[in-house]
Amino acid sequence: MSSFAKPLIRRKDAPTNDLGLIRADYDGAMSTLCAGCGHDSVTAGLTRAFFELSIAPHKAVKVSGIGCSSKTTAYFLGQSHGINTVHGRMPAVATGAVAANSALSYVGVSGDGDSLSIGLGQFVHAMRRNVNMLYMLENNGVYGLTKGQFSAAADFGASSKKGEINEQPPLDPVSLALSVGATFVARAFSGDKDQLVSLIKAGLKHKGFALIDVISPCVSFNDHKGSTKSYAHAYKYYHPAIHADYVPVGKEITAAYQAGELLPVEMHDGGTLQLRKLQNGYDPRDRARAMAKVFETKDSDETVTGLLYIDETQKDMHALNRMEARPLNEIPYAELNPGADKLEALQKKFR
Amino acid sequence: MRPTNVGDPDYFHKVVDCQWACPAHTPVPAYIRLIAQGQYGDAYLLNRASNVFPGILGRVCDRPCEPACRRGRVDEAPVAICRLKRVAADHRGDIEAQLPKKPAKTNGKRIALIGAGPASFTVANDLAPMGYECTIFERQSAPGGLMRSNIPAFRLPEHILSEELNYILDMGVELKLGAGVESMKALLDENWDAIFIGTGAAKGKDLILPGRDASDRIHIGTDWLDSVAFEHTENIGKNVLIIGVGNTAMDCCRTSLRLGAKTVKVMARKPRAFFKASAWELDDAEEEDIEILVNHSPKSFVIENGKLVGMVFEKMEYTLDDAGRITGQSVSGEITIPCDDVILAIGQDNAFPWIEKDAGIEFGKWDIPKVDEATFESTKAGVFFGGDAAFGPKNIIWAVEHGHQAAISIDKYCQGKSVSDRTPDDVKLAPTKMGMFEWRYSNAYDDSDRRKMRHVELVDRFSKLDVEVELGFSPEQIATEVERCLNCDVQTVFDAPLCEECDACIDICPVDCLSMEASGQPEDALRTALHSTEEEQALFVSDSLPLTGRVMIKDENVCLHCGLCAERCPTAAWDMQEGLIHIHHANDQDAGGGESLS
Repeated sequence: MSSFAKPLIRRKDAPTNDLGLIRADYDGAMSTLCAGCGHDSVTAGLTRAFFELSIAPHKAVKVSGIGCSSKTTAYFLGQSHGINTVHGRMPAVATGAVAANSALSYVGVSGDGDSLSIGLGQFVHAMRRNVNMLYMLENNGVYGLTKGQFSAAADFGASSKKGEINEQPPLDPVSLALSVGATFVARAFSGDKDQLVSLIKAGLKHKGFALIDVISPCVSFNDHKGSTKSYAHAYKYYHPAIHADYVPVGKEITAAYQAGELLPVEMHDGGTLQLRKLQNGYDPRDRARAMAKVFETKDSDETVTGLLYIDETQKDMHALNRMEARPLNEIPYAELNPGADKLEALQKKFR
Repeated sequence: MRPTNVGDPDYFHKVVDCQWACPAHTPVPAYIRLIAQGQYGDAYLLNRASNVFPGILGRVCDRPCEPACRRGRVDEAPVAICRLKRVAADHRGDIEAQLPKKPAKTNGKRIALIGAGPASFTVANDLAPMGYECTIFERQSAPGGLMRSNIPAFRLPEHILSEELNYILDMGVELKLGAGVESMKALLDENWDAIFIGTGAAKGKDLILPGRDASDRIHIGTDWLDSVAFEHTENIGKNVLIIGVGNTAMDCCRTSLRLGAKTVKVMARKPRAFFKASAWELDDAEEEDIEILVNHSPKSFVIENGKLVGMVFEKMEYTLDDAGRITGQSVSGEITIPCDDVILAIGQDNAFPWIEKDAGIEFGKWDIPKVDEATFESTKAGVFFGGDAAFGPKNIIWAVEHGHQAAISIDKYCQGKSVSDRTPDDVKLAPTKMGMFEWRYSNAYDDSDRRKMRHVELVDRFSKLDVEVELGFSPEQIATEVERCLNCDVQTVFDAPLCEECDACIDICPVDCLSMEASGQPEDALRTALHSTEEEQALFVSDSLPLTGRVMIKDENVCLHCGLCAERCPTAAWDMQEGLIHIHHANDQDAGGGESLS
C-alpha cells in the first residue's frame, strides 16, 4: 500500500508507442502488496512489454487464480479484460477464453502455490494442450499470503524465516514444463527487468503456451539469510544463459553481434526472435540439452535464466483441435447457432 | 558519471527551482506549507527574512520563480507563488512583535544610504537591528523609490507600501526626505563609516525624433509616472500613444485610462514574441481594452500650430529564422496615428550627475559604476552600490538581494574584516517521516489547475487612481493553490548501502525518473536510460549498490517529490527529507549555519 494512488502524469517528453500511448497508459490500480515485493516488478515488466509491443490494452486478457501473485492482475493494464478465478483454476478459465476468442493477447499470472500445489493438474494440461497464452509463474518459494509457509517450490535445505529447514525436494516448473511438452520455457528474475521484459515480449509473440518462471522474492517472508529465493541470493547466483530479443516484422535488426552468436527463430507473426548465447554450447532449440542443463544445475546454487527452450513449429490448441479462428462474438448468430435440426443431426452421429 | 555530492548545498538548492530562481532565494515551498496550515504570520515572517517586502512583492514582484516552477514542467501552469505570497501578507495578523527590533544601543557606526528604494531599505533592515546608525537620504517627499513613483497605486496601494517601509524605519532608521544628495565629495567629507548608493536607474530614456521639442505633451514614462504618483499630473488627453512595450509601458497605459484617456494604444516596434513586458502585465492591460500595435517603428511627431496631433510610424516587416530570431527587416509603408499625448517608455538609464569624476569612484561602460558582483563595493573602499544603481534596471527582488549582500559587506567593512570573506550557504536535512506512509508534508499529487486571480469589475476600476485591481485569493483558492505546490524542498535522499535492488521505487515512480544502471557510464548514456532531455537539471548518481555494484540514477527534472519511492522502499534506502538551505545574511555571518529555516 501507499498513502495515495499513483497519479497519471503525462510528461511532456514521455516516449510514446505506435498507438500514441505512453507507458503510464498501461498502468492498473495501485498495488496493495508489500513494499519491495518482486511481483510488483513483474507487473512493471508486463506494462513495459505491452507498451513496447504496442498492444492496445483492450486487446489483452488477464487471468489469475489465488495468492499474492494472482492479485497482481489488478495492477497492470487497467483498461483490459480480466478474470480472477478460484484457486488453481486459472488455466481452465484461460483455456475457455482462448477457445472463445483467439484474437486477443492472453496473460495468466499465478504463483508457485497456485500452480504447483492446488493447480498442478490444470497447469500441466494447459501446457500439454499448448493453449496460446503467456503464463507468468511468480515463484517465491513460500505462501506469502498466509505468512511464509514453504511452498512446493521451496528448495531443498532452504530455511524459513523462523529457521525451519525444508527437507522435501522442490517441484521445478521448468523441468516439469519441458517434460510435458511445453513449447516456450523460460526462467527470469524480477530484479533483471531488461531480461524479464524481453522474455515477456517473446512469450506474448509465441504461438502456443509460454511459461516464464520468475524468481520473485517475497520481501516479507522469504528475504532472509538462508533463503534461496531472496534478492541477495538471486543476484548472487542467477546466470543468464540465453538472451532473447523479439524483433517485430518490418523492424530493422539494430543490435550488432558477432557472427555465429545469434540464433534467429522465426515467429508465427513474421517477426524474429533473436537468441543470443551467453553460455557456451547452449542451444535452446534442443529439448534434451535444455533438460540436461536444468538438471545439471539443479543441485548447484546456479540459477540458469533466459529462454531455455523454444519450439515454434508445434501446433497450438486451436490448430490441434481445428477450432474456429474467428472470435465467437464476430460470428453471425445464425452461423453460431444453426438451429435444433443441425443439433439433432450432430447428436445422431454419436448415438 | 561520478556519484553526486549531495553535501554541496547548491545540489539540493537547485532542485528547489523556485528558490534557486529567486534572487533572494525565498524558501517558497516552506512558506506555502505554512500557509496551508493557516500560519499566515509565520509564512509572512519566513518570506520577510529573505525578501523583506512580502506585501509589496506579493503584488508586483517580477516573479522569476514562476517560470522556473517544476509544476510548469509536469502540468500546464506553475504554482501561483506570487499570489500566495500576497495571501501570507494579507492574512498575517499582528506580527510586529516578531520583527527585528531597534537595538537598545547602537554600535556608533554611521551608514549613509542614498535613495529610499528597496535596496537601501534592505540594507537598513539588515544593519539597523545589529546596532548600525542608518540614515536614508531621499530627494522626494515620500520614501519607496520606484515602488512609490513608478508602480501605480492600482497595483500597489500606498498603505501596503508605507506599512512595510515603516517596519524598517521603526528599527531606528533615520529618513531624510527632500534631501537629495548633490555632491559625492561633500558626502564623503561627512565621514560616514560606509556609504550605500541605491538611487535606482532613475533616468527614463528619451526619443529624439523630428518634432520632439515642439510640444509639452510628449512625456518620458518614468518621469510622468513620478508626477502622477506625487499628484503633479492629474489628467491626460483623450488619445494617448505609449511608445515601448515593457512593464513601464504597461503601467503608463493603464494609468492613462485612469486619468481620463479614452483610447490608449501601445506601439511596439517588433512582434509580440519580442515584448519585454511580463506576460501577466500584458494580460492585465489587454483586459482593460488597451490596444497593442506590433511592427510600428516611430518616425516623427506631427505638430500642427504648435500642438501635438499625431505621430508617424514606419510599418515594419521582419523575417525570422526557425528559432524565431530576427534575420532581416524592411519598411513596408508609413502610417500617421492621431494622438493628444505621447508617453515614451523605452527604457531607463543610470545617472549619477552628483558623483564627481574625481571622487574616487570609477565608472565603466555606459557610465555605469564599476561594482564588484559579489561584494557590491565600488572602486572606492567603503562605498557600495545596489539595486538598479549597481548594474542597471532589474527589479525589486534583485534590489533586495543586492541590499542583503551589500549589508554583509558594510558590516564586514565596518568591523575591519575582509568584505570578500563571506559565509557560504549550507544545507541541513530534516526527516519528514511521521509514521507508516505519513509525512509532515502533503505528498499526494493534486491535479487541480492554477487558480485565477479575481479582479475588480472593469466598470468599477477607473473611478479613482488607487482602486486596487487584484482582489487577492479567496479561501477556496488558497486551499487549492497551496496543494498544487510539489514541495520540491522535501528532497529524495538515497542511502545506497541500504538498497536491495528490488526495483520498487523505479516501478512506482509516476514520472519514470529513476533507474539502476551499470556504474561508470558517461552522463549521455544515463540520460538516455531515463529519457532525460532537460540538461539544465541535474542527474543524481548514487554510490555503488551493495548487491550488483550498479548505481541508482534519478532525473531531477521531473521528480514530483510525491514520496512514492520512499513509501514503496522496503529498506528505507529512499527517504523524504526537508532540505533546509541556509543562506547567511549580515546578522549570522559567524553562526556557521545549521539554523532551521522554518
